[in-house]
Amino acid sequence: MAEKTYKWVGTRQPRPDGADKVTGRARFGADFDMPGQLVGKVLRSPHAHANIRSIDTSKAEALPGVKAVMTSADMPDMPDEMAPAGEVMVNLRDVTRNVMAREKALYDGHAVAAVAATTEAIARQALALIEVDYEVLPHVIDVDQAVAEGAPILHENLRTKNVDGAEDTLTNVAARIQFTKGDMDSGWSQADVVIEHAFTTKPVHQGYIEPHAAVASTTEDGQVQLWCSTQGQFNVRGYCAKLLGMETSQIRVTPSEIGGGFGGKTVVYGEPLAIKLSQKAGKPVKIVMTREEVFRGSGPTAAGAMDVKLGATKDGRIVAADLNIRMQAGAFPGAPVGPACMCSFACYDIDNINVVGFDVVSNRPKVAAYRAPGSPVAAWGVESAINMLAEKLGMDQLELRIKNAAREGTKTHYGPTFKDIGMAATLDAAKNSPHYQTPLKPGQGRGVAVGFWFNIGMDSSAACHVGEDGTVTLISGSPDIGGSRASLALMAAEELGVDYQKIRPIVADTASIGFNFLTGGSRVTFATGMAVVQAVREAIDELRARAAKLWEVDVEAVIWEDGCAKPAGSNVGDFEPLSLAEIAVNAGKTGGPINGHAQLNAQGAGPGFGAQIYDVSVDQDTGHVTVDRCTVVQDVGTAIHPDYVEGQLQGGVVQGIGWALNEEYIYNDKGQLENTGFLDYRMPVASDLPMIEPIIVEVPNPNHPYGVRGVGEVPIVPPMAAIGNAIAGATGIRMTDLPMSPPKLSAAIDAARVSEAADD
Amino acid sequence: MAKVILTRWLARQFTAGQIEHQVPGLTIRALARELEYRYPGIIKHLEDGVAVAIDGEIYQNAFLEKVEPNSEVAFMPPIEGG
Amino acid sequence: MAKNHVTTTINGEPVEFLCETHETMLDVLRNDLGLTGSKEGCGSGDCGACSVMVDGRLACACLMLGAEAEGRSIETIEGMAAGEELHPLQKNFVKEAALQCGICTPGVLVAAKALLERNPDPTETEVRYWLAGNLCRCTGYDKIIRAVMDTAAEMRAN
Repeated sequence: MAEKTYKWVGTRQPRPDGADKVTGRARFGADFDMPGQLVGKVLRSPHAHANIRSIDTSKAEALPGVKAVMTSADMPDMPDEMAPAGEVMVNLRDVTRNVMAREKALYDGHAVAAVAATTEAIARQALALIEVDYEVLPHVIDVDQAVAEGAPILHENLRTKNVDGAEDTLTNVAARIQFTKGDMDSGWSQADVVIEHAFTTKPVHQGYIEPHAAVASTTEDGQVQLWCSTQGQFNVRGYCAKLLGMETSQIRVTPSEIGGGFGGKTVVYGEPLAIKLSQKAGKPVKIVMTREEVFRGSGPTAAGAMDVKLGATKDGRIVAADLNIRMQAGAFPGAPVGPACMCSFACYDIDNINVVGFDVVSNRPKVAAYRAPGSPVAAWGVESAINMLAEKLGMDQLELRIKNAAREGTKTHYGPTFKDIGMAATLDAAKNSPHYQTPLKPGQGRGVAVGFWFNIGMDSSAACHVGEDGTVTLISGSPDIGGSRASLALMAAEELGVDYQKIRPIVADTASIGFNFLTGGSRVTFATGMAVVQAVREAIDELRARAAKLWEVDVEAVIWEDGCAKPAGSNVGDFEPLSLAEIAVNAGKTGGPINGHAQLNAQGAGPGFGAQIYDVSVDQDTGHVTVDRCTVVQDVGTAIHPDYVEGQLQGGVVQGIGWALNEEYIYNDKGQLENTGFLDYRMPVASDLPMIEPIIVEVPNPNHPYGVRGVGEVPIVPPMAAIGNAIAGATGIRMTDLPMSPPKLSAAIDAARVSEAADD
Repeated sequence: MAKVILTRWLARQFTAGQIEHQVPGLTIRALARELEYRYPGIIKHLEDGVAVAIDGEIYQNAFLEKVEPNSEVAFMPPIEGG
Repeated sequence: MAKNHVTTTINGEPVEFLCETHETMLDVLRNDLGLTGSKEGCGSGDCGACSVMVDGRLACACLMLGAEAEGRSIETIEGMAAGEELHPLQKNFVKEAALQCGICTPGVLVAAKALLERNPDPTETEVRYWLAGNLCRCTGYDKIIRAVMDTAAEMRAN
């Protein structure tokens, strides 16, 4: 594709919501209040696994100030089948049970009842008065223990999907999935070198700083208004309607500003409870999670245990690849094992591939999406094994990847054949980066890893309203997590040919714009961007038509250029260009308001590839790892707003550094989560980190008017393995279990010393 | 004729393990109907809860999407994301 | 339960409020005074989203009782801009994209302003350690650190 030059796209403009967010004016989930609202609080199970024999709420109901108490009995049960809720296929029987436990509590922190009271103190007191009769059951936390013979069974009704003869077997394995390509026997027979190893990851939390928050206000005629912090107000509407037996048109969801989500705010927790409590109490109800509740009761990402086997020829051609991955879904099925399996070897052109994945339930919170769900887990094993292979072959880690990189025409193991993709361009950029060209300092190790994400399209609606003074309101339904208002406004400014500042982008509620799928999967700038461009083009067509009327010419004789209607040629007539403002002021005389609308299911999302380079130092006594330098390279298609593209890359990397070095859930022997605060769940802080150097590669996606692929998912895929590879370079020790925290690494260093001493 | 690639599981359930199929049809809906004619019961697995890659590009909720005579059409699990 | 009557100064204005003894300063700011710019990310002093200045010292409002505000001077994010004029840190955070979701931003700005008031020429390491009490999950801190350093340079030049 020829290099295009743009006036606005690709420039670094101030974000439209900037002033609100640096002054404290922006209203996030917990910042919204309704007159007369009650405080909602949730009672949570202290047991990892227990039958609920009965719940007695009478004492809580009798407490002065308590206006409503609810349990799962207040919500209809749901059939055990996949059903659409806001365009996501979910098992509503599981969702209603995750929102509030029914016959069983399935994890420490599982909601079992909720109250609404006039004050928080009374609400807390009321929770203490609810009597739950639990029959505590044996529990299982670890994924491999959950699939072992004799493991406690979470769901009596669960049978393994996709396995013949599994109909009669109680199990914690919800599904088996397999992808194959080529012939494994032939692959292994060609291999001169084989690497085989086991790897594990721990669940990590998305770690958004804003806890979940919702305010519900209901009326006697069945209408609901809900304000909440979410990545998808339409998905919240869909879930709540299904779970409460309502119609979607009765529920109007307004998304607040959202204080981080990363996938964790794509599902519902307190939202349907706030609605139900509000209905019972006849007053608005606000539920805000505490940080402890966020950790105990909301979705972390899935962890995995896996075995990776790679075979290569002496000259470094990978000829066979095998992955067996068990992923923990939490208390209900739905680990992202499909994407994990599909992403695992997507960066490579390998003839013979076999990937088997398992979706496994255990007594932990039900997982939620987290940036490129599944892909980082598989990459931890695969990208570590690639380096082990490079070590065995005596090849440079980047050269081995370049030699085997997926290219145009590579057939993936999950079916499709790649078209123009940026894997090779990304690797070249990494190889030529200042970072990779700089020699290591003594004691440092360097690690490289690559990552893949599909990027997604899905449904978006947008509207472009031209004001009487020629300024524009741009309406979408995609919550803005990381600057998407700015990127949408830039594309609109480019199309209209007007100043970026003349465009005001708005994130609308579910009643004010057509359906938008949630903000996630790196889709907003791609898919909602496409809808915005179409909506603006429709408005431009209307503007041309109005100019044609004013000039008494055919609409085909009017073009739109540099923010003005102009005659298409000299034969049209001698007309001065008409600006947006000049046409807008006469809109009433020429046919009424000038607006454009678009709705689409965006297809043709372009796959994203990334490569990352880390230099680390390891304190040999404490096992503490310092990231000295980090470069993140990624093909983003086109960077609409480079600052926020860089921000996505840097932010994803740092989440990955936390995943690699510190973050994990720590359970006691009762299956209770012990690190429920930021002090003990150690996310990276500013002093842990160097600057993160971004290199943006731009291989435009031909299916998008501005070549967008998507940015946010890929950066979290490579860090864990890249840092493991760097640690191996610095210490000679191959870490196989995340996180590579100081206690674990120092133990490994000590063990290596002992073994060296024994060898001497 | 489009080259249709089924998932292993669908192939095992419906096509005696055959993953690749030559199928006439100019839209995803037409391909799905033809496959249903050959393998009764398969259609609900082709129309809901799946993604489709047409010549390497992933489509979600594909139904009326056009398919070229030599297109490669791969059915795969749907993708969401964080 | 008798409430405490507290007389204090918030963002330069005399303020009186009534609060329960167990109420934190953050509860008072957010729930009683409508100053929701200070955020609750953790309630345990670990995330810094509720950073405020108390008599010129940086503090987490969630670790302070409302009653402790008696006779003190509190500054919050709402008092940072001078009328319509944003503080140079606020301007540069927008200009340099030092925020993504924006939930940590008020706390980061209050903390960064406190740093520049005591050290107008901090090194990158000093900025990183000073802001180590403010969690940001979106940005990887890179652009935050740069915006603070750039603002310091700009303020020194003026």
